[in-house]
Amino acid sequence: MATVNGIGAAVTRREDQRFLTGRGTYTDDINRPGQAYAVFVRSPHAHARVAAIDTAAAEAAPGVIAVLTGRELAADGIGGLPCGWQVHSKDGTPMIEPAHPPLALDTVHHVGDQVAVVIAETREAARDAAELVEVDWDELPAVVDATAALAEDAATVHEAAPGNICFDWHLGDAVAVDAAFAQAAHVTRLELVNTRLVPNAIEPRAAIGEYDVATGEHTLYTSSQNPHVIRLLMGAFVLKIPEHKLRVVAPDVGGGFGSKIFHYAEEAVVTWAARRIGRPVKWTADRSESFLTDAHGRDHVTEAALALDADGRFLGLKVSTVANMGAYLSTFAPSIPTYLYATLLAGQYRTPAIYAEVKAVFTNTAPVDAYRGAGRPEACYVVERLVETAARELGIDRAEIRRRNFIPASEMPYATPVALEYDCGDFAANLDRALPQADYDGFAARAAESARRGRLRGIGFATYIEACGIAPSNVAGALGARAGLYESAEVRFHPTGSVSVFTGSHSHGQGHETTFAQIVADRFGLALDQIDIVHGDTARVPFGMGTYGSRSLAVGGSALVKAMDKVEAKAKKIAAHMLEAAESDIEVKAGQFTVVGTDKSLGIAEIAGSAYVPHRFPLDELEPGLDEQAFYDPKNFTYPNGCHVCEVEIDPDTGVVTLVAFTVADDFGRVINPLVVEGQVHGGLVQGIGQALLEHCHYDPTTGQLLTGAYTDYAMPRASDVPSFRVDWHEDVPCTHNPLGVKGCGEAGTIGAAAAVMNAVIDALASRGIRHLDMPATPHRVWQALRDAAVRPAA
Amino acid sequence: MPTTITLSVNGRPVTRTVESRTLLVQLLREHLGLTGTHVGCDTCQCGACVVHLNGRSVKSCAVLAVQADGAEVATIEGLAAADGTLHPMQEAFRKHHGLQCGFCTPGMVMSAIDLVRRHPTPTERQVRTELEGNLCRCTGYHNIVRAVLSGAETMRGAGDPGAAAAAD
Amino acid sequence: MYAFEYHRPTSLDEAVSLMVNAEDGALLAGGQTLIPTLKQRLAQPSDVIDLAAVPGLTGITQDGNELIVGAMTTHAEVAASDLVRATIPALAELAGQVGDAQVRNRGTLGGSIANNDPAADYPAALVALGAVIKTNRRTVAADDFFTGMFETVLDTEEVVVSVRFPKPQRAAYCKFPNPASRYAIVGVFVARNGPTVRVAVTGAGQSVFRLPELEARLAARFSPDALANVMVAADGLNDDLHASADYRAHLITVMAKRAVAAASGSPAD
Repeated sequence: MATVNGIGAAVTRREDQRFLTGRGTYTDDINRPGQAYAVFVRSPHAHARVAAIDTAAAEAAPGVIAVLTGRELAADGIGGLPCGWQVHSKDGTPMIEPAHPPLALDTVHHVGDQVAVVIAETREAARDAAELVEVDWDELPAVVDATAALAEDAATVHEAAPGNICFDWHLGDAVAVDAAFAQAAHVTRLELVNTRLVPNAIEPRAAIGEYDVATGEHTLYTSSQNPHVIRLLMGAFVLKIPEHKLRVVAPDVGGGFGSKIFHYAEEAVVTWAARRIGRPVKWTADRSESFLTDAHGRDHVTEAALALDADGRFLGLKVSTVANMGAYLSTFAPSIPTYLYATLLAGQYRTPAIYAEVKAVFTNTAPVDAYRGAGRPEACYVVERLVETAARELGIDRAEIRRRNFIPASEMPYATPVALEYDCGDFAANLDRALPQADYDGFAARAAESARRGRLRGIGFATYIEACGIAPSNVAGALGARAGLYESAEVRFHPTGSVSVFTGSHSHGQGHETTFAQIVADRFGLALDQIDIVHGDTARVPFGMGTYGSRSLAVGGSALVKAMDKVEAKAKKIAAHMLEAAESDIEVKAGQFTVVGTDKSLGIAEIAGSAYVPHRFPLDELEPGLDEQAFYDPKNFTYPNGCHVCEVEIDPDTGVVTLVAFTVADDFGRVINPLVVEGQVHGGLVQGIGQALLEHCHYDPTTGQLLTGAYTDYAMPRASDVPSFRVDWHEDVPCTHNPLGVKGCGEAGTIGAAAAVMNAVIDALASRGIRHLDMPATPHRVWQALRDAAVRPAA
Repeated sequence: MPTTITLSVNGRPVTRTVESRTLLVQLLREHLGLTGTHVGCDTCQCGACVVHLNGRSVKSCAVLAVQADGAEVATIEGLAAADGTLHPMQEAFRKHHGLQCGFCTPGMVMSAIDLVRRHPTPTERQVRTELEGNLCRCTGYHNIVRAVLSGAETMRGAGDPGAAAAAD
Repeated sequence: MYAFEYHRPTSLDEAVSLMVNAEDGALLAGGQTLIPTLKQRLAQPSDVIDLAAVPGLTGITQDGNELIVGAMTTHAEVAASDLVRATIPALAELAGQVGDAQVRNRGTLGGSIANNDPAADYPAALVALGAVIKTNRRTVAADDFFTGMFETVLDTEEVVVSVRFPKPQRAAYCKFPNPASRYAIVGVFVARNGPTVRVAVTGAGQSVFRLPELEARLAARFSPDALANVMVAADGLNDDLHASADYRAHLITVMAKRAVAAASGSPAD
């Protein structure tokens, strides 16, 4: 049962007060005394040799403090931006890792690649001067499309990567899959493009570097999802600053969605430049820069085939994907189209044989890395598009074909043929909840009604599963991670009983300041205003791996529980001493420590007081203080799962797709705050819907120019593009291996939504002979498909 | 050329010398330290910078500071009462979880209040259409729409104190 | 933004003389196009001349069977005007679809038509309604005013003062917005006055244009059915990332039918 502010309570968020009154502190809101402003000089070309850079005119411009290029960077021994995950090809060779200097030295590899930085007294002065930096470019041939980059005569992005291949990787059992296809009664094949997206957190990236000459300490304020990871990467590999001389602060961060996980060049450059010029240096991206330089998402081209028996049971799945890495390897890029993608190709199904191969390819585009869902939406899209297409081809109801193939709850834990072990899940239960809410039975009547109005109506499903709570360090390490993926927490009781919690998780919209406090309140029977959740500052939080992969609660929350366990254990010892009872006789309930069967009892506040004023304290056995730290390394991934049902109506005259209804039945394990969870689902859904219907990052195939580099051309979902949602979940199947039983909910909406929308769109168009359409299903594309189908001779 | 301008910001007179090319949002953020008004794009589309200029919602990144000479400007910082009581629209956003990262929120709230001024009893469709100038990447808009509908109801009940506070 | 000199004249004459004397002057009306353009450093005027304090440029009045809308009247004012809604409701509808609420609170009729963005909404209304543009120097029929992409007959030192809209018997505007920018991919304004029907299209070409064939058919019978099987030629229409010329050609017919339906109160299909 939920207490008024504990686990399960729909508590309104505590952070909202500052956000609603304009008192949030985002990086660009911070101004350091004496700060100067940085503006980057960026490549207008997709691929070019930098023959010469003349900075003289810029240096002479009013207000300019310094103009720095890759030459100064190299002279100072500054390293390249590192990649945090190493994937090996089929033949055992490691991936190709091209150098990625923070300021390009002799060659630029994508439009927006930075070659110089101008630092001036004001931002406008820096911008004025940046236009005076003269770069002598020798243009080189460019390639932006991943499949085009594999062509024999394609332009070479990096000499170090022949054929533009970063790695050629595989997973699964090719022989078993071939055998499955040999005995199949039916094979469904699809070619799918998973569109390139731009994450577009509404707060553009920003960074302020600062150097204290007295102490030798560097400080970086940055809009990041994981300040400790930035400290590690930038300190150890780029600037070579030891951790104790480098503080990274990620204050309020205006959304991330993956794009603020990574270590970016601008962070290193402002920190380095601050030391060089002896003043704080601030940089804030324009939205145009964000489009050009934030790591993008998705960008797969896939051939997939599903083998089925005559009853529609899945026998085997074969997937071949070309993944666009962009021009450089971003921090976690190699893991996305491999271990976060191919491992999810089993979906919710008992497909016995799966084989996936992935070619990762360099192109002259912005780097591609994790974007909300990161690999898992791509896997869900492949599987769920295949499943619905197979159902249609075999004349089996789309809910029924799923039921026939679900891994039953009774078979959990279940080892898939692609390296994961699902600990729990009841997939049929999700479907059972979703169908009546979506009124699946009434769909035929609604479709007939639409038809009377000349409209095409469709309904589509996606039953998704994801691997979250990233990640068991030993597993991640074996798969190529160059870091551990645990989380840390510290629970510090103060002498009067209030609590500061220090978490390595980072909140940039997820509401940790509320939900983490609920967990503590629940455990110790405290009011929320007695608890502060501190995050986002390496000087305050002992350590952390940050927030991504729906890991905050499953990993960070578990670390918090471990730290609370330690606090409670110590408090129990103190209580036993103070109450003159055996420790085994102390019963603990919501922060109240009672001698069993008596009315002798102490509250946690009194115990904390005694721990800091240890007049009646077991000093022989215990240290004073009540302040415990814990690291938690997960035993397994968590597996949130659910069922999305999308209903659309299409106007065949214009091709406009209208989302009529969207129903979701999820399993996130235990839910801490329903209000927050529902909000996470809504937001996730619209990012998936955006991909399905609106968003498309488009480079000119010849020039490599970004054609969708502003909101005037990149269609972001607006309020009028989406309906209200029906969101439901159950808590009957908690995660089996973490102390809270939680699975994670941040990415779920995005993982299922694109597939559900596209399945609904295809369902609406199927009567017109359309079998497949690539995202986004824009009016133009839908209209074109209808027109092409109308003139196509019947097969 | 530097120009000296005088305007009212959240009910207080303000005089500053600015360049012609200084935007209203720069005046607010950089000269007046009112950093609650945010900048999320450079093409005047995201709406994170929406403030009220003479009682009407505008994108402060699409107005020169010099154009606001003599005008009344209301920002997110001026909405709550002096005792900290939130404006009904702020309160509705809090109650309905109409914000996550908080970056679009000030603009969203300022737009919502102007929306209610124009449509005191809006429908869900009207709210969605009227918020076209405000992008949010976190919430999927669902709870923002709930919040605006609820805030509108409270503002009607309360005789629209918010619109008055924002406009005066 | 590059630096410039800002002026706020208090008379039309002063505004004109500032323009004449400027090395490269730009008139600032609502600024919803000019300021974003300046921010992107896509223009570098020496002087920006703000028309906000020039008297006589705002307001909506009726003159017999015509509406006169001042050049500095905002889209929001036109959209909300009881007079416009009663006289030419289609014009109020159109104004309510320009940009977004905040753009409508600043953007003006005069600014929009002087800029003549090929995807702007107002030019379709002016041409279809047979409006007359009054400047500080002359009056120009809408048919002659819009001359090309971002081009009009206006001279540098010429300022739009007002637009005179004849009241049609029936009119409607139907817009198919660009999903990203919300400008018109195709917008069709249809107006009927006695035996005359005018159909003006924005978004599809270099500048607003009329469709004589559709006008003739609709003059014969003002009904969506009159446009059945009409195919607009795609030649010369805009072709970009968001819509091919073929798609735009198709949308013109669809939007025209819907506009006629809205204007005549009959179903579109």
